[in-house]
Amino acid sequence: MRSFLKWIAVLAVVGIAVFWFVTTPERLPDTALDGITGDPVRGELVFWAGGCASCHAAPGSEGDEKLVLAGGERFPSPFGTFVAPNISPDAENGIGGFSDLDFANAVIHGTTPNGSHYYPAFPYPSYSKATLQDVADLKAYMDALPESSTPSAPHEVGFPFNIRRTLGAWKFLYGAPDWQLDPVSDEAVERGRYLVEVWGHCGECHTDRDALGGLVRAAWLEGAPDPSGEGRVPGITPAELDWSAGDIAYYLETGFTPDFDSAGGHMARVVQSLANLPPEDRAAIAAYLQALP
Amino acid sequence: MTFRVLTCAIAAATGVATALFAAGHTTPEGQVVAARNAQMTLYGYHVGLLGNMAKGEVPYDADLARSTAEFLAAMAGASQDQLWVPGTEQGVVDGSRAKADIWTDPDGFAAELARFSEATQALANAAGEGLESMQGALGPVGRGCGSCHDAYRGPRN
Repeated sequence: MRSFLKWIAVLAVVGIAVFWFVTTPERLPDTALDGITGDPVRGELVFWAGGCASCHAAPGSEGDEKLVLAGGERFPSPFGTFVAPNISPDAENGIGGFSDLDFANAVIHGTTPNGSHYYPAFPYPSYSKATLQDVADLKAYMDALPESSTPSAPHEVGFPFNIRRTLGAWKFLYGAPDWQLDPVSDEAVERGRYLVEVWGHCGECHTDRDALGGLVRAAWLEGAPDPSGEGRVPGITPAELDWSAGDIAYYLETGFTPDFDSAGGHMARVVQSLANLPPEDRAAIAAYLQALP
Repeated sequence: MTFRVLTCAIAAATGVATALFAAGHTTPEGQVVAARNAQMTLYGYHVGLLGNMAKGEVPYDADLARSTAEFLAAMAGASQDQLWVPGTEQGVVDGSRAKADIWTDPDGFAAELARFSEATQALANAAGEGLESMQGALGPVGRGCGSCHDAYRGPRN
């Protein structure tokens, strides 16, 4: 009996050690950004490709107000309600105190500067394959945006999801996905894949999720229930969307569908962001969507 | 010209109203929703005429572009009060995708309508002045559709 209990104790210690190891927030090496200088002009394009303002602008912002990333938008989910934080360059309430490396760890690994996990309402699993140059460019652009002193509101998430350490296990399962479309046929599709799977984070809404909130990758971009609980986010694979490549690119520029209905909900904001990209990028997104199986 | 556009708009609205009775939308709320949806169809049809020129799918025609844009401006410039009657939101009346926020945030909604009216007026002034001029003015109209649908239109039923 004594030795049995001893074995249980050993197993428990090993289990805790494994859990601790697996759930430790990942970071880039300290030298990861050596030799990389952010370019704010290129960073603006990354900003629009990523759609940062769609979630982080204060609710109801119009026009240039969308560049004030004060946060406050609420995102209901089966795990609780997440509230977009202030990511303006304000030193106290925004992310003005982040070093370039802090910012890169947040975007690529979902790791906070003090070494804890962000909730994946922040779509870092998609951003995990971003190039470090793009991340540095984005930081350079965002550093010059207007400051907001609005404090970030806490997320409204209940037990056990309020224990951030457990997010390490979630990341272990879903955190750094492989390319979804691989291989790619040409350069346009490759660019489209980078825009859709990484910065555009299209799969975060257009792909269904399992009981733990991870993307069901076997049903990539095939549509999903709207996280608000009402309606559906449509599928956008060739099987579900019979638009021409020109139709898709025009929609991403203007919000008009081929029969001239217009984008609504969050997609209207996505279009407002993507309209700022060069036409070749919208064409690349269309080429990628048409190349999906 | 404006008179002719308005006459057309009234004729279209009358036709729509007649069709509504024929279709048997007997409750007043149902009629409001059907009229609203018909207005959206009219917007979509006319924006489509311009959009297909903007996309290059049909050749640019200055007269058609101008008259189409003037129709949009006349419709968007008229009072919309009888189309946005309280008690006709999504979930209350079949076929409605109007969010309740339209009535809890009337100032925000009125601002959307005003911005859209301005954008269509600018389009009416620009549409006959060449393809690029029309394309440029169509952008704000599209953003007007999207901005209002973002805030005040509910998900597909």
